[in-house]
Amino acid sequence: MSESPVPKEITHSAPAEAAKLGIGTDEWVAQHEERTARKKGLKGIPQLISETVPAWARWVVLLAAAFAFGAFVDNQYLLRIGVNLGLFVMLAYGLNIVMGYAGLLDLGYVAFYGIGAYGYALMSSEQIGHHWSTWLSVLIIIIGTALLGYIVSLPARRLFGDYLAIVTLFFGQVFVQLVLASDNITFPWADDYVDITAGANGIPGIDPFSFFGHKFLNIRDYYWLLLVLVALLTITISRVNRTRIGRAWRTIREDALAAESMGVMVNRLKTMAFVTGAAIAGLAGAIFAAMQSAVFVSGFDMPLMTMIYAAVILGGSGSLAGAVMGAIVMSVLPEVLRVTNYSEILFLAVLVLTLAAVGKSVKRFTINIVSIVLIGFAVKILLGFASIKITPTEEWVVGPVSRALSHWMYVPLDRVLWGNCAFVILIVLIAYFTTTTPRIKTILLPIIGYLGIFLWEVRLVTDVNTTRQLLIGAMLVVLMITRPQGFLGKPRVEVL
Amino acid sequence: MSEKKPLLEISNIDTYYGVIHILQQVNLRVDEGELVCLLGGNACGKSTTLKTILGMVKPKVGKIMFAGEDVTHQNTPARVKLGMAVVPENRRLFAPMTVLENLKIGAYVRGEAAEEDLERVYELFPKLKERSSQLAGTLSGGEQQMVAVGRALMSHPRLILMDEPSMGLAPKLVEQSFEMIANLHSQGVSMLIVEQNANMALSVADRGYVLQTGRIVLEGEAKELAGHEELRRAYLGR
Repeated sequence: MSESPVPKEITHSAPAEAAKLGIGTDEWVAQHEERTARKKGLKGIPQLISETVPAWARWVVLLAAAFAFGAFVDNQYLLRIGVNLGLFVMLAYGLNIVMGYAGLLDLGYVAFYGIGAYGYALMSSEQIGHHWSTWLSVLIIIIGTALLGYIVSLPARRLFGDYLAIVTLFFGQVFVQLVLASDNITFPWADDYVDITAGANGIPGIDPFSFFGHKFLNIRDYYWLLLVLVALLTITISRVNRTRIGRAWRTIREDALAAESMGVMVNRLKTMAFVTGAAIAGLAGAIFAAMQSAVFVSGFDMPLMTMIYAAVILGGSGSLAGAVMGAIVMSVLPEVLRVTNYSEILFLAVLVLTLAAVGKSVKRFTINIVSIVLIGFAVKILLGFASIKITPTEEWVVGPVSRALSHWMYVPLDRVLWGNCAFVILIVLIAYFTTTTPRIKTILLPIIGYLGIFLWEVRLVTDVNTTRQLLIGAMLVVLMITRPQGFLGKPRVEVL
Repeated sequence: MSEKKPLLEISNIDTYYGVIHILQQVNLRVDEGELVCLLGGNACGKSTTLKTILGMVKPKVGKIMFAGEDVTHQNTPARVKLGMAVVPENRRLFAPMTVLENLKIGAYVRGEAAEEDLERVYELFPKLKERSSQLAGTLSGGEQQMVAVGRALMSHPRLILMDEPSMGLAPKLVEQSFEMIANLHSQGVSMLIVEQNANMALSVADRGYVLQTGRIVLEGEAKELAGHEELRRAYLGR
């Protein structure tokens, strides 16, 4: 009994690190400060800014930039992008309350935007023949969408996550179908049909906003209106977020059951989130209809919904600044990508970033890039020996990037056929890549990279609409792998 | 402790999960200022009793009186407002929120959290003050337990319900945890502790109940229970 051996402290190799902290301390917890300490060099700059510049100062800078944009930019196209951005920020704010704070996966959110737009269109156009005052119609829209938000929230009280998503998705589709079908309604007491929404044709000729006798004829008017609204919303929402209501919303997102046992009235708060989000979206819809002077139901369907979700998730769900950032990316980027020159550069940037994210070390990354370049030359030389014809350079080149690449890449005569083939092969290779061993992965990666560039340059770059979606999708995938909490979201850390 | 005013009294509770009969004719009482422990092995209905008291599960028959009111048909937030507070199993902190926010949510039913309430919690757990801006999920188990208890205290509860305060803690932290419970008790806080660690629980409690497959099979003074032959064999492992 008395000769039980004393346990020897291990002092060599990796455990030495733990021994320094003393046995019995939780390493992870003990090193928490160290881990959150500022990084050195370039990586530390964002953190340095966030620590030294207070949040309000950053908002003021943003506001000043937005103000300068409105005051000095005269280009109608640019101003329209600015207005779209404002609308996008409003939508992202609303969704940020519903999804970011309260954690309710509302896939019918965009319908409230549509209802706001159609509501304004019906109250201010020749469709039914009403031309009500802006004040009145905007007020009706805000109250109406809030009420609808309340109704939609009723089933949401008992639902969570995917179940709620299905119910709200259904609501969004009901809106679209109702609008499409409401151009031909026969009431039992009438002989002739009534056209309420004009179906897929949309409603044209909507009156612009008019406040105190001032008609919003210039797009700049809408820009100022949105700037003021967004500024007010920013202040209000961030205030609310710091009160007990905001805290309670976030507890519902984290753990509704625990929240309820703390006395949080979960159902009431869910409803509040829905109602607020719906009212904000409805107001944005009214502004959109007045600015656009025409509404089409196809604009309020799933594609827009995914873009709003992408904006909120990209920026970091639950962060207002993140919502603005995401909105900037999601509304401005598609415009930038209309120009093939920019989209080519962006594509290569995404590719390089992906390689950097996958490669992890500088050495790996360099090897990958060099291998891709070598593969390109090898393919070109081999096919050159086989004297297979290629497309003449002038016919294919769309910009400086493809001109540079033309010396390196093989461009087949039938670009559509070979592009499609490359697409299929690429998908198969990527699917294989995700399941195979590390060794084969290292071989496969440069081939996938080359095929990607080939597919892009030969087939996709001229197809602007498809490529926009693809690029945004690819960016989201890369971001979610490298920074799952979004640009400005809080990373999730748990010791459990 | 001499006035013997019942704070919580549940009588003849029957609780079902679907068709499964969980609690059968459970009677339980906590007096003002008393520390009562509810003991029992796995799956005997301890947590269900707590959930029934808190209103997360509704009993099929029976009556729950709290602070002189019949709360049988009230929902959880209403009961919390009347003065119940819970330290849930596994603590269930809101991990991505700061310690301060976690504490403040405890005062939700009272409105905005008062500064002096926070000070009181910090006085009890000085460590939380320095950690107040840290995310709750990054705390160690023992610190999380402090936050969970602090969060419960923020609502000025008349009764704290603790579900397995020893769960997932190292032996030393379990000891600390019970020291803290004894400390709170000496300040006059009424508590109902659900626990598997009978030894520890009985060492701090005034009275105890033993639950077995949904029935109360034993009740009595903590000292008596600690000396009870059968109980010792069954739960204390001695």
